[in-house]
Amino acid sequence: MLDPIILLPAAINGLTMGAVYALVALGLTLIYGVLHIINFAHGSLLMVGLYGVFFLYRLFGLDPYACMIVLVPACFAIGYALQRSVIGTVSHGRDQNVLLITLGVSIVLENLALYLFSADTKTIETPYALDVVDLGVALVPLPRLIGFVAALALAAILWALIGRTDLGRAIRAVAKEPHGARLVGIDVEHVYAMSFGIGTACLGAAACLLLPMFYVSPHVGNVFVLIAFTIVVLGGMGSFTGALAGGLLIGLTESLGGLMFGESAGQLGIFLIFIAVLLFRPTGLFGSRLS
Amino acid sequence: MTGKLHPNRRTVLKTAAAGAALGTLGFPSVLRAQATTVKIGVLHPVTGALSYSGTQSRAGALMAIDEINAAGGIKALGGAKLEPVLADAQSRPDAGAAEVDKLNEAGVAAIVGPYASAIAIATTQAAARHNLPHVVDVGTADQVVTRGLTNTFRFSPGVSSIVQFGIDSLTRINDAAGKPVKTVFIVHEESAFGTNTANVLNTELPKRGFEVVETVKHANPTRDFSNIVLRIQARKPDLIIPSNYYDEYVLFTRALRQQRVAAKGIYSILGGGASSYKFVKEFPDAAAYVMDCNHWFDPRKAAAIALKDKTEKKGLFFSYEVFLNYNAVMYLADALERAKSTAHDALNESLASSTWDKHILPYGPTKFVNGQNTGAQPAITQVLEKDIKVVYPLAFSSGNAVFPIPSKV
Amino acid sequence: MKSGLLAVGIAMALAVPQVVTSEFWLGVCIAVLLSTLTGAAWNVLGGFGGQFSFGHAAFFGAGAYAAAILEMRFGVNAWLAFAAAGVVGGAVGFGIGYLSFRYGLRGSYFALITLAFAEVLRILANAADFTGGGVGLYLPLQVGVANLQFATKAGYYYLALGLGAGAILVGWMLERSRLGAWLVAIRENEDAARALGVDTFACKLQAIALSGALTGLAGAFYADYYLYIDPGLAFGPGISVEILLAPIIGGIGTVWGPFLGAAALRVAGELARRLMGDAPGLSLIFYGALLVIMVKFLPDGLIGLLDRAVRPRGIHAGGAHA
Repeated sequence: MLDPIILLPAAINGLTMGAVYALVALGLTLIYGVLHIINFAHGSLLMVGLYGVFFLYRLFGLDPYACMIVLVPACFAIGYALQRSVIGTVSHGRDQNVLLITLGVSIVLENLALYLFSADTKTIETPYALDVVDLGVALVPLPRLIGFVAALALAAILWALIGRTDLGRAIRAVAKEPHGARLVGIDVEHVYAMSFGIGTACLGAAACLLLPMFYVSPHVGNVFVLIAFTIVVLGGMGSFTGALAGGLLIGLTESLGGLMFGESAGQLGIFLIFIAVLLFRPTGLFGSRLS
Repeated sequence: MTGKLHPNRRTVLKTAAAGAALGTLGFPSVLRAQATTVKIGVLHPVTGALSYSGTQSRAGALMAIDEINAAGGIKALGGAKLEPVLADAQSRPDAGAAEVDKLNEAGVAAIVGPYASAIAIATTQAAARHNLPHVVDVGTADQVVTRGLTNTFRFSPGVSSIVQFGIDSLTRINDAAGKPVKTVFIVHEESAFGTNTANVLNTELPKRGFEVVETVKHANPTRDFSNIVLRIQARKPDLIIPSNYYDEYVLFTRALRQQRVAAKGIYSILGGGASSYKFVKEFPDAAAYVMDCNHWFDPRKAAAIALKDKTEKKGLFFSYEVFLNYNAVMYLADALERAKSTAHDALNESLASSTWDKHILPYGPTKFVNGQNTGAQPAITQVLEKDIKVVYPLAFSSGNAVFPIPSKV
Repeated sequence: MKSGLLAVGIAMALAVPQVVTSEFWLGVCIAVLLSTLTGAAWNVLGGFGGQFSFGHAAFFGAGAYAAAILEMRFGVNAWLAFAAAGVVGGAVGFGIGYLSFRYGLRGSYFALITLAFAEVLRILANAADFTGGGVGLYLPLQVGVANLQFATKAGYYYLALGLGAGAILVGWMLERSRLGAWLVAIRENEDAARALGVDTFACKLQAIALSGALTGLAGAFYADYYLYIDPGLAFGPGISVEILLAPIIGGIGTVWGPFLGAAALRVAGELARRLMGDAPGLSLIFYGALLVIMVKFLPDGLIGLLDRAVRPRGIHAGGAHA
């Protein structure tokens, strides 16, 4: 029924798509790992990043990949400010309030985009968007290959940041034991904000890598959010290697499952994996420690 | 870049909003017959997932209202101007239904909208409770006009007739070209119009001698079409028939080009981007030679071209939502003229008996049966020379079909 | 004094269709009551039990589809189908609860798994034929009390009132029952509760089944009121989010919280639309901002605000919170 010849290209498609998912999930896993909040605004922040790339490209002719220089710090600032002045100030110790606040933020962001930029889907056509790399067994679009490499690089950078720097040590301390961290003099609010900022900065990078192969609209965040959550859980909350591996695995499942059993089955497969991991190995593939 | 609301309209809106607030007193609409304005409910999903179509729809309706007012309003009612009462269906049937009640209490004579079929089911039903005339602008599902509601009218074609027309035309075009196409691959979105289209295609195409090699359903939204394209490549169909929304269409055609798929043609039915000026402008290479069976305007009518220019000057694309809504309001205005009243019964009667032919659409003679204009039909368009031309029906055509598409060497 | 207030409230509620002549505002009342039902249902599990569910759409959709399919494909009487929807909702709740609690899921993990279950049901509803697939189900218009389709909104209002009041009553009874006390104990410290001999598994299971049943009824009401459902409307994350907004804003774990929250959110939505006009998105920006502000300044929800107003000093406000 199915030609085995297309299994390999399908697998490669799945891996490259999975890398894109991983890019979105990396920021989320950091935010979850440190702040322990389910960030409803994650999708909308990705949308903000995508609009950022779009306008930098349209207005200044800046190549999307070059946009990272501008967008990553900008997104970091937005994330830091958001956590410091909005999200961080409301919990009063109650989880449900953080949930509602991130929800409120996402509603505001989505509709702000709708109001300012209108609802129509915007795309960019970079000169290399249709360039394809011939791997012999498959044709991989260049933006996807770049995305794949970038995901690996980003995971590595984050791993180094958290594992090898002072800031990283502070973040790990706060993630593990916020009260203790405060007692030894770590400015916990600052660390929370830094983490949220870094998580959002990851989204900025993801946006730059995503727009050449996707589109932007006010609702584009919803397209990736559930998948991102699935990956974070699969990989282990707070684990970057987990997010990467989880992303690749999910991409592969979606692709091969969809190919062999129909697109619905592919989607179903993702959530069944999600449920199975939560039931049988909730700490995820790589355990839930910040690494 | 986008059509922002003009300042004077904002005042109108604020007044309308205040009027809606006061409207809880619920004036009986019979009194309206002697008023100097006729309120028209303009109900569309301007927020939520369907917001693009909703805002395009609203723009079309408002342009018609402006034109009618500029030409002197409804003459049979003493030159009464049309006053739009804007409402947001929020891309949900329950919100749409609630807005219908609000509009009714604001004293609208009729409602135009709400673009989406699922929302239309709820809004027409809500309007039926008050016998409030409801002109459905797009809403192609068959159920919109088959529930026996005497207040519901659709000037444009429904999905069954569109798909039938599409199949008939394809057969004709294929025959005329010497039957180069035998195998067909269908890619459709998972909701109502995609599924309905695919079902009818699967039943009818084999009867016309076509072989459907595969039918693939995809979700809304779908992030990646690479695998679907792989399957297309494996099957090597002569013709690809897509039926999806704009976002997915963009990704799909991009994937087709990246994987170097060369079919003898892409013949879309109710395609999201296949007959879209926006798509042609942004992706001229992908759009070339694509055919679509969809709502379209009559390219020979000067008024249609004039509307297109006007729309583009506002920075909007001339999409089907625009001209179908423009048309719906014009049809309604004509009905008001003939009814000489804004009373619900009179207006419903007038809408049902309409034979209005001053429209800009490629339709047969207007005749309403159970709320559906039987003269309505889609058109087959093809993107030729970076423009969208009607290739079928021949009576309305503005270009010759190129079929099969020339193979790229 | 309290029962006097309650009597007045009940009288007012019953008189609403007579007093409110605007179909629109009557419709708003119905929507508020429906939100009260789902909110109170969520509250049983999330407020009293402390188990936050992000996937209540699973129960809502199950009830909606159960009612619609029974009515349309099996010709079952609408009221029977309605009752069956409650049973189906409860069963789905039991199923999800059994799996989740058996494997000891709590907190965010539980929240995420409920989300996943709702998504699974959505995808299945999209793929299957008997649910109408992506096309959804159009319930035939057959006005008649026997078909649970009322000629005027008043009929729907009274049904919704009964359901909403019933849900509030469930909360009230729960607050005074042993199950309620055990749930609160589980919420505050599950391990301690278990150590004290509370059968935490059974309690949580009962809570989720009850929650599911009530939400299932809401789904059936929706189907018979709007006469159209599709997988996105019935099982989508939008519904899950909408369901949990009301009880949290109103005051989590309180009896009247769901009602106050539902009313406040509707009013806020209408206010936003009237104030911000018709430009797309503007009113929702306002609504979102309002949400943020409400959470920031009313950490205990609206009930917390009322409590502070009534008992300004000393006694710790916050309803069922410890």
